[in-house]
Amino acid sequence: MANQINLQGNQACALGAIAAGCTFYAGYPITPSSEVAEAMSRELPKVGGTFIQMEDEIASMGAVVGASMGGLKAMTATSGPGFSLKQENLGYACGAEIPCVIINVMRGGPSTGMPTRPAQGDIMQARWGTHGDHPIIVLTPASVAECYTETIRAFELTERLRVPVIVLIDEVIGHLVETVDLDALQPEKLVERTFATGSKDGFEPYAVTDDMIPPFPRPGDGFRSHTTGLTHLPSGFPTQNPAKAEAALVRTTDKLDLHADLIASNELVQTKDADLLIVALGISARAAQQAVTDLRADGIKAGLFRPKTLWPFPESDLKACVNGAKAILVPEMNQGQMILEIERLMARDLPVIGLNKIDGEAITPAEIVAKVNEVLS
Amino acid sequence: MKDAVETPLNEAEFHINDYIRLEQMPHFLCPGCGHGIALRALLWAVHELGIDKDKLAIVSGIGCSGRLSAYIDANTFHTTHGRPLAYATGLALARPDLHVIVITGDGDSLAIGGNHLIHACRRNLNLTCMMLNNEIYGMTGGQVSPTTSPDRYTTTTPAGNTEPVFDACALATAAGAGFVGREVTMQVTGLKNLMRDAIQHDGFSFVEVISDCTEIYGRKNDLGNSPEMILSQKSQMRPDAYRNTVDVPFRPNALTCGVLTKTDRPEYGKAYRDMTARLRGEGK
Repeated sequence: MANQINLQGNQACALGAIAAGCTFYAGYPITPSSEVAEAMSRELPKVGGTFIQMEDEIASMGAVVGASMGGLKAMTATSGPGFSLKQENLGYACGAEIPCVIINVMRGGPSTGMPTRPAQGDIMQARWGTHGDHPIIVLTPASVAECYTETIRAFELTERLRVPVIVLIDEVIGHLVETVDLDALQPEKLVERTFATGSKDGFEPYAVTDDMIPPFPRPGDGFRSHTTGLTHLPSGFPTQNPAKAEAALVRTTDKLDLHADLIASNELVQTKDADLLIVALGISARAAQQAVTDLRADGIKAGLFRPKTLWPFPESDLKACVNGAKAILVPEMNQGQMILEIERLMARDLPVIGLNKIDGEAITPAEIVAKVNEVLS
Repeated sequence: MKDAVETPLNEAEFHINDYIRLEQMPHFLCPGCGHGIALRALLWAVHELGIDKDKLAIVSGIGCSGRLSAYIDANTFHTTHGRPLAYATGLALARPDLHVIVITGDGDSLAIGGNHLIHACRRNLNLTCMMLNNEIYGMTGGQVSPTTSPDRYTTTTPAGNTEPVFDACALATAAGAGFVGREVTMQVTGLKNLMRDAIQHDGFSFVEVISDCTEIYGRKNDLGNSPEMILSQKSQMRPDAYRNTVDVPFRPNALTCGVLTKTDRPEYGKAYRDMTARLRGEGK
């Protein structure tokens, strides 16, 4: 029997985390993501997990990485200024390959911006917010049900691949209430982290394995390894040897290329015969979906490509669905961020046009329809 | 609270090579640096307590002190600047079966990580924090720190330091740390005993080690060679050591050493686990 409940996006992220086996949450209050922390403070004790509200955003990210270093599935949630503060310790998790999930509920920026208003201005920060070249995965749910399922997928990817995963939602999705059937959304079998086993002699915590994912040495299991944010050898200890340093860094990015199929995820809406392709995510994609319906009712063949995995950007999937499109429209609640990636991939083949809005309001289907008519005229 | 007197100590002779990663030698510290003495005292305390190295987690930050974790044969985590207490908080809550010890420095824990230190003291999670105070940012070339003595020359106080110093132990006590102590590196046995008591303390324990930076700080201020600096630090100890009060909020010329604060407060990890057990109906 269906278990239909009304659920908010932020709360769905929390329940998804619990369903994924998350047993540690550290956070700091910030609008519009605080409901994630509140839900985790209620839910984690029920499963024997630990919730802690830390002294600041930096500490909460540090505690999450620390708990994950202890072998637990760990998560935090934040927004805007808090996401900026988390970048340092997020970078550590990228460099040391510590699994963790970060929910970032995007609000208007820069700085304090418009805390209660939606935006999609962190698209580039989610990819490049921490310094240096680094691997990272960013998922972008567009519904309450997806907040649940994509948070589960975030845990599966971070635990399996040892790459931090950001679940990037806008304020509208975070505060949206929809009816969902959680029973129907349960994962079949959870993907777990591979912990190191076997011989301790000569164990290398960052050994280059076939799948490029080194088994994780859990404290207490006898491996007594070293973890550092310094560029390190397979042994875990720092190096400045040019060839070895480069090899160590390249492995972490090659790892994502090797597992690209596992990471990529998109939704295609009527793209096969589309003369005009819309690329959008989050609440903008919901508006775009309605716009596609409205445009088709007017005889305009529009389609939607919605990346559920934003980074690494699913470039081959996008190219495969362009078909006969004459133009691409990228509506986003910023001054043009995702469009830069679409232009990089597609601008040589067809026009790529932006529809941008930074006034604290979501993009409406009517605005997209009007823009499409303008482009096609 | 566990009582130091009742815990049987490991009486086997201490060999430091049993606790360090010999393959990581030669170490990174400058000649005359006091940090190695502090490391020895820490490992000696670990040995006396009979702590299983597999269950020992060392979390360090950034700076000269931060590099010590790499030399210890344990589960070691060299984290970010100022944040080792945040990482250690997550690790200790996640894994109460581990002995989590933080190694930090004066810049790491009193400047960039000051917020984490005061809240770790307040929260009283079962952690041991050893702060190596050498009054300087050594790793970056000798800039002024929150504990640099008045009038001292550093690369960022070319006319002498005009800022007052932090008294780390007074700060930790005021913020609620249940165990606070201080020792100089010359008193290596005393430091070992202090570290042992700190590790045994059920709750957050903070130990300030007065260490010397001969190469960068001492040389710039004509403080002599390492033995001279260490002797000078010892001579600044208060004769009435091992008192239970701190009445010198901003340190003048005298240091109070030994156990400065020892109080019983509920340990945070147990308090949280008891609460969650009650919520799940498992009783206390």
